[in-house]
Amino acid sequence: MISAEPVANIGEASGTVTARLRGVTRLYGTGSARLHALGPIDLDLRKGEFFSVVGPSGCGKSTLLDVLAGLNPPTDGSAEFEGRPVKGVPDGVGVVFQEDASFPWLTVEANVAFGLQQAGVDAAEVERRVAYALGFMGLRDFRKAYPAQLSGGMRQRVCIARTLVLQPRLILLDEPFGALDQQTRLIMGDELLRLWRETNATVLLITHSLDEAAMLSDRVGVMSARPGLFIELIETGWPKDRDSRIVADPRFGELTGRIWEKLRVETMKHMQSQGMGHS
Amino acid sequence: MKHRGLASIGIVAVCVGALQLACGIGLVKHTVIIAPTEMADSLWQILLGGEFTHAILLTLTNIVLSAVISIAAGFGIGVAIHSVAFLRRGIEPYLASYYAVPTFIFYPVFIVLFGVGSAPIIAITVLLAIVAMITATLNGLDRIPGVLTKTATVLRLSPVRRALLVQLPAASPYLFAGARLSVAYSFIGVIASEFILSGDGLGYAIAYAYNNFDNRTMYGLMLLIIIVVTAVNASFDALDRRLQARLRR
Amino acid sequence: MRQTLRNLLPPLTMAAVFLVGWQLLHVLAKADEISSPAETVALLVRMMDTARFWQDVAETGLAFVWALLLSMAFGIVLGVVLGLSRPTGDAVEPILVAFYSLPKVTLYPLVLLAFGLGMSAKVAFGVMHGLVPITLLTRNAISQLKPVYLRSAQVMRLSRSQVALKVVLPAIFPELVAGTRIGFSLSLLGVLIGEMFASKRGLGFAAVSAMGLGDIKTILAIGVFLAAFAVAANSAMLMLERSLRHKSAAR
Repeated sequence: MISAEPVANIGEASGTVTARLRGVTRLYGTGSARLHALGPIDLDLRKGEFFSVVGPSGCGKSTLLDVLAGLNPPTDGSAEFEGRPVKGVPDGVGVVFQEDASFPWLTVEANVAFGLQQAGVDAAEVERRVAYALGFMGLRDFRKAYPAQLSGGMRQRVCIARTLVLQPRLILLDEPFGALDQQTRLIMGDELLRLWRETNATVLLITHSLDEAAMLSDRVGVMSARPGLFIELIETGWPKDRDSRIVADPRFGELTGRIWEKLRVETMKHMQSQGMGHS
Repeated sequence: MKHRGLASIGIVAVCVGALQLACGIGLVKHTVIIAPTEMADSLWQILLGGEFTHAILLTLTNIVLSAVISIAAGFGIGVAIHSVAFLRRGIEPYLASYYAVPTFIFYPVFIVLFGVGSAPIIAITVLLAIVAMITATLNGLDRIPGVLTKTATVLRLSPVRRALLVQLPAASPYLFAGARLSVAYSFIGVIASEFILSGDGLGYAIAYAYNNFDNRTMYGLMLLIIIVVTAVNASFDALDRRLQARLRR
Repeated sequence: MRQTLRNLLPPLTMAAVFLVGWQLLHVLAKADEISSPAETVALLVRMMDTARFWQDVAETGLAFVWALLLSMAFGIVLGVVLGLSRPTGDAVEPILVAFYSLPKVTLYPLVLLAFGLGMSAKVAFGVMHGLVPITLLTRNAISQLKPVYLRSAQVMRLSRSQVALKVVLPAIFPELVAGTRIGFSLSLLGVLIGEMFASKRGLGFAAVSAMGLGDIKTILAIGVFLAAFAVAANSAMLMLERSLRHKSAAR
């Protein structure tokens, strides 16, 4: 990708590696019914970068996130975060899921404070961080409301706020806007960029939307159909202060086209396997 | 799934074995419970003997009659309530609390109305089982995805065809669940009524044996009921799974 | 206000229809064997004036409270255990379901022989009826717990007890109330039946004595009392359940 922007705008200039995956593979089942779901994957996540993973359904994108977050160990290979091997969920990692994970029995405020309180952080600090997160995510007017009273987009904001409050250094998002309509998705994408700039965290976003990947990321990893392998790593070269209006930039079309060129073949492969096999 | 069934059977086998052992070494008094092998032996003799054949047939007949009436009438009433909004808003609050009421207590009322015999037993059993079917019918009709009914309308089906070809199949999983419950309640209602206040049938035979300290006969009969209910349950389960597989959306 | 009246009209109409039907039965039946609604209520009021009635109520009530508490305690714990351990739950559930559909009357002689006559037999009957539904409903609630809650708890690095108390229990609370509601009705049923066989006191015993004497009036009076109590309690719990569910609604 030829870019007129200086390379220094892509993530941190130093390019230190904050998370490292080597030969990560995931197999399910045993014997002849063994399912090769993912890998082997090699990936270096640069500190402070915004990295997206795009791929067809079932290619193992979510499994990749699980391995990085320590939710599920790989069958083979290693994962490292901040120089230490990943065993269980490492300190400093936050995850936002696709499904709404807000607790319906707690108010917005209580939801956001939940993780901090359970970690034993003192009340004054909790109050301070919660107030900040609520303000940042535009939830201040809704602090006493219950999630059931809010729209899907608002509930995802609650989940993001709940993650933000724990001050993660690596934020993993598994198709967080999948359940939302297109316009809301674009706005939420902007919110995510704002969050990224504000926290200086490293962000890994799993998405099936090419637009989203092309618009939001510093780098896009295109994944093949199952078993998932990286078939292309694209540098977008966007400036750090970008937002959704980037859709007007002609380079956006080029990028999307390039991603789709690779993805189209993989998606058709996946659809064929769905049609012939069991769903 | 096969494994699951085996595990359950395994657990039951272990419990039965433990009971057998406990009886054998005298851990449990013979006057309280007899060994499983004795129960089985007693049951065998009961089936061969013919002494209880009449009672068994009577009870099964009552159960079948109650179940059929409950299911058919329950479905009909359910459909009626579903179609008339006023009826629904009038009856639904009571349906939710219906099973809280110990209805069997009104059994003597039915004796007054129908005299002694099978009629009051069937009446009170139907009273018990019918509401399960009504609730299931309402539930099933509610849950027919609106898009299916709209499709039927777009295809210009007559109301009868729409009901038979679209609504009934779409609601059938819930109707089936309701029918199952009704059958279970039919068993409970008939046998409990016979036990409490009746002169005939399996339930009465158990009470009679108990009152006469005839543990052997009593446990043999109890075992018979347990086996029959389990067999009926298992067949419904198998039927249920087949229907579920076919209707999975 | 108008809306409330409109909501009350259909159920009140149906209640009126029921009362009219009852009155008709009274008129059509032979020589006042079936007392009319008015007579029944009058008798109930008279009965409620006697000490004996309230002694019976206390007797039944005590057994019932015991049965309900035991059913809930064991039922919830057992339900959680079976819900959290998939293989155990899958193996045990069919047994519980089979037990639930069994006419429990089949096992009454066993209970009587094991517990003798008196309070413990009554409580045993109550628990026998209430335990299994509470267990099954609790287990169901746990297995329907949204996996994303557990994953979130994992990401927040909560301890096991924190997960159980701060995430699982609040998440399944509406279902626990539902289970309690059903356990309530069934435990009451079990205790009443127990009193019919295993006691010389309590409302169940009063009812079965009246049955023996052919005293329909008393049976109806007791029946109305029990029905009113059961319906009131059930409706209260239903309202609680509904208000809890609204919080989790709109998914």
